[in-house]
This record gives sequence, C-alpha cells and structure tokens, in this order.
Amino acid sequence: MLNNSPFVRKPASVQMVMLKVLAALLPGIAVYVWVFGIAVLVQIAIASITALVAEATMLSIRKKPLRMFLFDGSALVTAWLIALTLPSIAPWWLTVLGVLIAIVIAKHLYGGLGQNPFNPAMVAFCALIVAYPQLMSQWPAAGFTDAAAELQAIFGARHLDAVVMATPLDALRTALHTPEAHATVSGVFGSNAAFGNIGGKGWEWIALGYLIGGLWLVQQRVVTWHVPAAFLGTLGLAALLANLVSPDHYAGPLFHLLTGGAMLGAFFIATDPVSGSTTARGKLIFAAGLAFLTWIIRVFGAYPDGIAFATLLMNICVPLIDMYTQPPVFGYKGRDAGGRP
Amino acid sequence: MLRQLFSFNGGVKPAYNKEQSNQMPIAVAPVPAELVIPLHQSVGGTPRPLVQAGEHVKKGQLIGDPDGFVSSSVHASTSGLVKAVEPRLMPHTSGLSALCVVIEPDGKDEWGEISPMPWRDMEPDDVRDVLRDSGVVGLGGAVFPSYLKVNPGKQGHLDTLVINGAECEPFITCDDMQMRERGETIVRGAAILRDLTKATRVLIGIEDNKPEAITAMKAAVTTTGESRIEIVPVPTRYPAGGAKQLIRVLTGIEVPHGKRSTDYGVQCFNTGTAYAIYEALELGRPLISRIVTVAGNVETARNYEVRIGTPMREVVALSKAKPDTDRIVMGGPMMGFAMPADTVPVVKATNCILVGSPTLFPPPPPEMPCIRCGECARACPTDLQPFEMYWFSRAKIFGKAQEYNLFDCIECGCCAFVCPSRIPLVDYYRFAKSEIWAREKEKESADVARKRYEYRIDREEREKQEKAAKLAAKAAETKAKLAAAGAADENKALIAAAVARAQEQKDRG
Repeated sequence: MLNNSPFVRKPASVQMVMLKVLAALLPGIAVYVWVFGIAVLVQIAIASITALVAEATMLSIRKKPLRMFLFDGSALVTAWLIALTLPSIAPWWLTVLGVLIAIVIAKHLYGGLGQNPFNPAMVAFCALIVAYPQLMSQWPAAGFTDAAAELQAIFGARHLDAVVMATPLDALRTALHTPEAHATVSGVFGSNAAFGNIGGKGWEWIALGYLIGGLWLVQQRVVTWHVPAAFLGTLGLAALLANLVSPDHYAGPLFHLLTGGAMLGAFFIATDPVSGSTTARGKLIFAAGLAFLTWIIRVFGAYPDGIAFATLLMNICVPLIDMYTQPPVFGYKGRDAGGRP
Repeated sequence: MLRQLFSFNGGVKPAYNKEQSNQMPIAVAPVPAELVIPLHQSVGGTPRPLVQAGEHVKKGQLIGDPDGFVSSSVHASTSGLVKAVEPRLMPHTSGLSALCVVIEPDGKDEWGEISPMPWRDMEPDDVRDVLRDSGVVGLGGAVFPSYLKVNPGKQGHLDTLVINGAECEPFITCDDMQMRERGETIVRGAAILRDLTKATRVLIGIEDNKPEAITAMKAAVTTTGESRIEIVPVPTRYPAGGAKQLIRVLTGIEVPHGKRSTDYGVQCFNTGTAYAIYEALELGRPLISRIVTVAGNVETARNYEVRIGTPMREVVALSKAKPDTDRIVMGGPMMGFAMPADTVPVVKATNCILVGSPTLFPPPPPEMPCIRCGECARACPTDLQPFEMYWFSRAKIFGKAQEYNLFDCIECGCCAFVCPSRIPLVDYYRFAKSEIWAREKEKESADVARKRYEYRIDREEREKQEKAAKLAAKAAETKAKLAAAGAADENKALIAAAVARAQEQKDRG
C-alpha cells in the first residue's frame, strides 16, 4: 500500500472520535453527580471495566489484534451509555449483565466494530428492562447523594425504599393512565416531588449538561446537526401538538425535551454512526422517526422511556432509509440532469 | 468587478507546501546522457515508432505516429542517435515496460525543420491535425489529446472556455511558476483556443493561494491586449483544480460523468496546455518538454523545464534528494503514484516529481473497520457515498459498486485523506474499476469467440446442405441420363454407372 496515493492524511482516528464522544459526556456526568451523588461514577467504572474485559475476551476469541481494537474507545462509549441509562443505584450485576449483552451479543456476535446493525447500548437497555422491569425503574430521588447508602444499594442487598422513586416520565404516565385518578398534567406536576420546574427534578439540569456536550460534538464535526435537530424538533413538535389539543393529558415540549434520555438520545444515542442512517436526508428521517416513536412509547407505552425501543425499531429501517435517500451525484442535481445552476 | 463564483460540495484542505518550490525561477534541466521517450504518452492508442536503431534524429522530429482516432504524436526532444527502440520501464506504479525510443544526444540540440503555422487561414480540421502532429496533450496530468478537445461543440461556439491554473495539489507549483514567468504566452495560447473554439469568454481560474501568479496573469492580459479573457481567483480548496470542479466553480455548470463538457457550452484546458498550443501553432514547435516541479525530501525544491524522456533520477539530482529518501512519486501527495524505479523517464504527464521519505509521508497506521461516520461522503467533491462503494468493492460486489456510481469517482483521494479508520479507500476503487474493466474485456472477447463459433457452425451447416444438394442434383442428373439412354435393365445400368464412377475415381487417385 506504500505505492498508492494519498500519501498524506488528516490526523484523524476512530480513537479520537470516540474520545471526543466520551469527553462530550463529561458535563452531563458532572451535573449527574451533583444531583444524584457519586453512584453514577461507580456505575461508569463497573461498566468500563466489564466492557474492556468483555472486549478483550471477544477479540482474542475472534483472533483480532488486541491492541488496535481494545483502546479504540468504542467499547467505553457503549459502557458509559449503559451506565448513564441504567438507574444509578442499580445492583452491580445488572450493569455487568447489560454491558455483556451489549459487547458480546450486540457488538461482537454481529461482527465487531462497525458491523452491528443495532445500537449495542440500546440492545442492552431493552433486554434489561424486559427482564428486570422492577430494578430498571427504581431511581434515587433528586438530591439524594448519600454515598454510603448508594454503594450499599449497588453492592449490598439493602433496598433503598426510602429514597427510591419512579422517574418523572414514569410517574406522569402512571398517573394519567389511571382513569380513577382523574389526574391532569399540571396536577401531577404540582403534587409529585419528582418534578422540577420544567422536567424531572434534577434531570432538567443533567439534560442541559448533555446539551452542552452535544453542541460541542456538533462544533467538533463528530456529529452533524441533522440527527439532534430532527430528533429534538420532532419530539418537541409531537409534544407541542398534543399539548395544544389537550393540555391536561399531554405534557408540553419542554417537559419531553428535558426529561428522561431525550438529550442523551439526541446527541449520543441516535447519532451512533454504525447503526444509524448515513445520508443527510436519511439522518433527518431516521431521527424524526426515532423521536416520534419515542414520544408514542412515552405517552402510550408501558416503559419508563421510549428511546431504547425506538432506536432499535429505527435501526431496522436504516438500510431502507439509506437506499431511498441517496443524494444525487455531481452533475445529476436539479430537474435537468445537466446540472445547470 | 467581482464575478459570482459557485462552489462544489466536499473537498479538503491539506497542507499545501507550495512555498518550498516556488521561491526560485524555472531552471532548464540539462540534456541527459540518454533520453528514453515512451511512445505511449497520452490517453488512447500507442503511436507506431517511425525510427529505427542507428538512425539520426533532429530535435522535434516525429518519432511516433499517432495510432487511431484517440492518440497523439511523439517527438525527439533533442538531436542525436537512436540507440534502440525497445521496451523500457514506464513511469507507472505497476512496473510495466513499454516500447520506448532511446536516444543518445549528440550535444548539438539541433532543431529539425520547424515553421510557424498559418493557423488562422487553415481549416479547423487542419488545425486540429497540426495539434495532433505536434503531440499536444493535456498537461494537467490527464494527457488527453488536445486536438480532440479543440472544437466548438454542437452549438457551433462555446459559452465559456475555462483555462485551469488552479493547481490544487499540494507541493506542485509548475503551473504557478509558468504563469508567473510566461504569463503572456499562456494568455496568447488561451486567445488561440478562444478563437478555435469560438468561445464567448475565457475564464482563467487560479486558486487564491497564488497571488503572484494572479498578478502576473492579469498583467499579461493587459500587455497582450487580448479581449474577453478574465483572470478569476478561486477559493483554495482541494480539488478545485479538477476540471469538473473548476467548471462548476467558475460557471455553476455541473458536467455529469460521461457527458462532453462542450454539450454544456464549456471546455477546459490547463495553462500549460495553452502554452504548448501557442508554441505548436505560432512557433511550429512540437511538445518536447514541460515544466516539472521537484519537491519534497530534497535540498532545493524547484521547477525545471525538462525534456520529455529525461530519466527522473537526473532531474531529482539537480535538487539533491536527502539521504533518507525512500520513494519517488509522480504527481502530488493526493493523487500521485510511486514510481517503480528512479530511472523511469519524465513524460508529458509528469507535472511533479515528489521525493518522499518515511518522515515526510509516514506509512498510515493499521486500517480499522469502517464505522460509517460519513466523513468521506462529506469530503467527496462528486457527492458520492465512498463508504458504500468501499463496502461493495471490498466484497467484490461490483455491480452494486457501480450502482453507487463508482465510475463517477475522480480518485482525488479526499475520502482516504479524512477517513478516521485510515482505510485506503481509493485503492479499493482502483481495484474495483480494473476488475470491472477486465471483466468487460473478458466478456468482449468471449462475445467475439462465441460469434466466431456460431459463424463456423453456420458455415459448416451451410456447406453440408450445399453438398447434399449437389449430390442430389448429380443423382438426379444420372438418373435422367439413364432414362434418356432408354436402358432396359435399370439396375444393371445403375451398377454399370457406379463401376464407371469408381474406375474414374481410381484413375484420378
């Protein structure tokens, strides 16, 4: 290969891309720690170690160069996303199980880096929420930052009943789905301690942390604007329209955008290049579909958040979307294929 | 007046490294001890050699006669003795040899008969013949025979004649220096092309990282007083010097792959080609030398006017390659090819001899899998999806690769330049293209063989039938003869006839 051009290359690498993604998660993680304590850092550590061990094992089984792939950063991105989407006080084995599902099944059994049709972190999330719905819905209350208690919840058998509560999305849906309660959105907001000013208490600040990191990723050209814009735009629009029709039954756009995994999904999950659409128009369709499905699952479904299932559903559509959104090549744009301006 | 410019998608901004070689004026490279002039130096057919070993040739003498419609002449670039007409190593990465005329210079550097062409009074077809016989080809690197391009198109005139002085490849400054030093000749050449193609306007596009060339060319337009010629600085972005990209930038027109640009009222020539056309028509001088940049891992990077056929080694020696040199590349770092040896000759396509070293062009880190990040698609100046083409080329699903417009790829290298997985993408496309060409060729020869076979079957069948008909006719004739003779015993007569025939055959045998 020494014989062929180009002989010069931009100093870019997969590792650099992945490291930037990890760096972009830091603001959100910092706020997370501030709101919910250090438990999330423990989860990130558990997930990272599990991911690296699983990655190394799978690489040696598959006889792939260990040094080249182990530190490409992709396993760490998957691990961090799992740690950030699971409840921070989930037992350690749940995180380990999730990472193993992601790395072993969703990534390596499909062919490893670049070959997985589904977002590995979301495969793990879906598997866990179906298998362990109870554990996956127990979150600490905002402001609960007792490190010792959190560590006990993760490593011990102690149950944190006193501080555990459902997420705002969960609480709102449960209340609205119970006909006898005659609940309204504003009523639930006012009466439930999980709600903050706009979204979930504390969650709204974490969402802003993710937003800042995400915008930096766009500025760094690691992700293009298409996916975050279409995702947030569609989610906001769906929420807005429903809210206009019936404000008592449907929460408004700001709630949806600043609650649950919306920001994380918009900038870090839906933007996964391997399992997502690649064309500009395709990205818009992919992210818009993902956001709409997310809203549907959030409002009408039975799970705390809809992003994971929506992601997998849209991952399936990617080949089709890409096929139908191929951009016209040079000289074939416009009405006449002559390419006049 | 600011002209409205257009832009193409994609493109990259590599380190240009042009200052290295544009500090000193163009020097004339000395006549080497031996010139090796390949006969095949342009797109199209290989010219037939017109000289034999032992013959004496003059400078500018025709030594290779164009073969076929797409081909171009080759001339002796100095006077001397033809030592051999034999295959020599070509300046091609494959290490192939091809027929070359090897000349031992006599030191006199004597021109043969040359005279200016009264091209203004000649028929357009005759002017084109002159250009073909002068061996003028595109000197931007594509070496397409220029005479085929000098035509006003279907509508009888061109809207825009684009002269390409963009020179977007890093390291290369041969057009830059030629425009600075010989701007007037280039402008006069452009004016000739303007008149031959009946172009309404001539736009000379130069990347704005060459302010000296822009100033010099503007001055040249004023000095020569040529009308309808405009110097247009264009934004510096690789590959703005690609013919289609420059046409797009200057006129907004996108010429699709496989279409003639003249169908859209545009044609594009390199500045060096305009220079060569002036020399061919106004001075009657065939194309026997060109400006070559020597840059990279050398002591003094510089441009030289080099006779075609000069071994690259001798040109590099003028600039003194540094000791850690590990390769010689023809062309720039984005699209150039490593040479199989430094003895290969400078040809008409040699715009640059880039001297490489492991520090200057380090080998890329190991290739990682594609993560479909799409950087390559954003960098592609022809709006392709390089990662899809890569996928199908690699899997040898060539039909699919073609569906993704593999043949629109201009191999500019932008995709591989930006790829974070460091995949040598262009290599995959070159591989896929050559495989497809090979298969098409195979299919073509299979078609020919099948047709030949079917023809033979047909002919044999026809011959068989003809033979049968002949025999039947003969039998009928015999029968009729016997009937006429009124033979009583038919059987006896038949036997007699057969015996007679056998006897006859025996006698003959």
